[in-house]
Amino acid sequence: MATGIRDKVALLGMGCSRFGERWSANAEDLMLEAFCEALTDAGIDKHQIEAAWFSTAIEEQHVGKSGIPLAMALRLPHIPVTRVENYCASGSEAFRGAVYAVASGACDVALALGVEKLKDTGYGGLPQRSRGAVNDMYWSNMSAPGAFAQLASAYRAKHGMSRDDLKRAMAHISVKSHDNGAKNPKAHLQKRIDEERVMNAPMIAEPLGLFDCCGVSDGSACAIVTTPDIARGLGKADLVTIKAVQLAVSNGTEVQHNSWDGSYFMTTRVASTRAYREAGIDNPRQAVGLTEVHDCFSVTELVTMEDLQLSPEGGAIRDVMDGVYDADGAVPCQIDGGLKCFGHPIGASGLRMLYEVYLQMQGRAGDRQRSATPAFGLTHNLGGFPHQNVSSVVIVGQADA
Amino acid sequence: MTVGIHAFGGYVPPRRLQRAAVVDANAWFAPALKSLGRGERAIANWDEDAITMAVEAVRDALSGAQRDAMAGLFLASTSLPFADRQNAGVVAEALQLGRQVRTLDVAGSQRAGSSALITALQTAAGGGGPVLVVAAEKRSARAASALELTSGDGAAAVLVARGDGVARLLGVATDSVDFVDHYREQQQRFDYSWEERWIRDEGYLEIAPVVIRRALQTAGVEPEKVDHFCFPAAAKRVADTLAHKVGLRAGSVRDNLQQGCGEVGAAHPLLLLVHALEHAAPGDVVVATGFGQGCDALVVEATGELGRTRPVRGIAGHLACRRADSNYQRYLSINDLLTIDQGLRAEVDKQTGLTTLYRNKEMLLGMIGGRCRACGTPQYPKSGVCVNPDCHAVDSQDDCPFSEQGARLNSFTADRLTYCPDPPAYYGMVQFDQGGRAMMDLADVNPALELVVGQRMRMVFRVKDYDRARGFRRYFWKATPD
Repeated sequence: MATGIRDKVALLGMGCSRFGERWSANAEDLMLEAFCEALTDAGIDKHQIEAAWFSTAIEEQHVGKSGIPLAMALRLPHIPVTRVENYCASGSEAFRGAVYAVASGACDVALALGVEKLKDTGYGGLPQRSRGAVNDMYWSNMSAPGAFAQLASAYRAKHGMSRDDLKRAMAHISVKSHDNGAKNPKAHLQKRIDEERVMNAPMIAEPLGLFDCCGVSDGSACAIVTTPDIARGLGKADLVTIKAVQLAVSNGTEVQHNSWDGSYFMTTRVASTRAYREAGIDNPRQAVGLTEVHDCFSVTELVTMEDLQLSPEGGAIRDVMDGVYDADGAVPCQIDGGLKCFGHPIGASGLRMLYEVYLQMQGRAGDRQRSATPAFGLTHNLGGFPHQNVSSVVIVGQADA
Repeated sequence: MTVGIHAFGGYVPPRRLQRAAVVDANAWFAPALKSLGRGERAIANWDEDAITMAVEAVRDALSGAQRDAMAGLFLASTSLPFADRQNAGVVAEALQLGRQVRTLDVAGSQRAGSSALITALQTAAGGGGPVLVVAAEKRSARAASALELTSGDGAAAVLVARGDGVARLLGVATDSVDFVDHYREQQQRFDYSWEERWIRDEGYLEIAPVVIRRALQTAGVEPEKVDHFCFPAAAKRVADTLAHKVGLRAGSVRDNLQQGCGEVGAAHPLLLLVHALEHAAPGDVVVATGFGQGCDALVVEATGELGRTRPVRGIAGHLACRRADSNYQRYLSINDLLTIDQGLRAEVDKQTGLTTLYRNKEMLLGMIGGRCRACGTPQYPKSGVCVNPDCHAVDSQDDCPFSEQGARLNSFTADRLTYCPDPPAYYGMVQFDQGGRAMMDLADVNPALELVVGQRMRMVFRVKDYDRARGFRRYFWKATPD
């Protein structure tokens, strides 16, 4: 019987580049920026890293295939580098690889680094690209906002909700994230917005307006992990350990079988249930003190809070409007500004989320720091579309939690 | 052995371009067009062509059960999308007529539709039926031309076979005359036309009467016994003058559909015939004609079967299902008559792997999915492992057609980010009544009518993507509000 990875691995160091329209930076520059911070934070020499996992999604847009770009950018000493891609959850996949390597005892220190250079397309939004030879012939010509917008129509139909009520709650989510991003010097978008501006913004994909969508940015984030014993041996105190790393992948039920109603993420429900079990958490709403979820769109964040079992089904709107997920609420969500303000350099986002939870747990989050350090923090990183996706849930916490 | 028409149907795209909008926009340049400014013309959407409209016309004419009995499918048009890839073959694949169907493209003249019909009747008489004859046209006309105002897009289909059917063939006649009133060389987009008065005097009024008289003689029908006279010219009063010249009753001249549809090229003879059959009573005599480098004439007599075999909507039904459109600029853009900035997202490569297409052609063109023998779950596409979470049987699926299944909308959006020639792009999760679902593009959504979860949808065969770099287009099914 597998025992899971709870407390077998600790975060030794983390780094995160400044996110944004980094016109003057190549992907390699962003990688180095994140890595140098992480290496300094870890207090080790790069030759102590024994294996690396490297995440990018749209590699043809910047570094190209394989693990070589990471090895070359950092001049790694011929260690194994595995390049991973799992849609927008790629960053969490790199992390899973590194954590599993340490947990298995295969190596003592491992690196996970994600990067994406998105702003070389010539247009706004995510790059439009092939989704596979056969898929291109019958899938609707979806954009990401169009795919996620459909959550709104199905959620409304299921819960008998007016468009305006849903739109207002979605606006609250975006306003909250912009408030948080305004306090984060590494965020792409650092300006506050108000609800009326969100409500009246140009329509991207009905009912998602411009401010219901996350930004599109360049960026990189990085984690170095080791065992708790080695971390302590290196003089680290207040360790943040990994409590759970789970991933659930759609097998076609949502898109092909009529048992899914389109209003929620089947995979996130599975992944979060497994993660809470692995972490030994019985009551998520009480235990989880901080969340960074995959807020690619405001409506995604809204339904995800239910799928993570933090809000009751159909109850996320009330919790959102009551401020439960605000920076000063019971369970802050996107206290760093989220995808909303960081944008979504695909390979980096999962690690960027973890970076904020790590900073908060170590009391190093500056103006954004919560007064009470949470025992458990959760990241949720989703790739694909509501009807076909990969959903990753990572829980980290104080070593003694 | 008699031969006749056994089923009939048609298709007219719902969007109707208001001629006044065209005339107003062009008045600075061509004020004389004002005389053509009344009424409206049917225009195909950006994702429709002669192939897709032909599919719709056949579906209108046939119930699904009859399809596997077809011996032939003739597709007539002067606007076939492919010069060398049999267009009728795509139609047959979409309709799943089976690979033994004899498919044939008939082209090159405005008479293609009527000549295909005569040939099919003769084939059926010789024992080669049943044959589906479908004529479809997506007209191409220069901006500010008269043809832009008088032409229309659409399709019509008739099934011919031995036996009287709904309309028994009494006689046919054809004259071939290289009368060049207009022409269009290969590679040319637009017609080059000669003076209308000459076409009327030397063409319609000299060439057609001879043929019509001979067809009636062959049929043994006195001119005054004709109840419905169909002549496909757009020009006013030509049919009336012809009827007078041949001795047909003035009341027999049928509406040429100029006010509500426009003249649909090689498909127009069949459109008018189908429209006449929709209104005919048993015993009525119908004369159908086609004109182009000569003339075709057919004489048929409606039978008592007529009341029992009706199209789903027919031409009249499609004409009633209309949406007025005054956006001339949109028409110009989707017909490549105006170059608007499509944006960088339009540059995505749409190359089609022909191996991939061939391997998946039933799935893509026929919308064939699978039904699990173990649990009965229909699913699209067909796959090696059943999608039912409680089943997951392996290699358990039989072919299951989806294109004629009723469906409902589960979720949807109107997307202004993704590239679409006619934004916003509508798409959504469509759930079939029999089971199964697909995330599909939606077609012909009227922005003025709000989509709602749960509303009825039906499938339509459409162009999915154009590969302009290579001159290819790929087809798939879309869902449209029913």
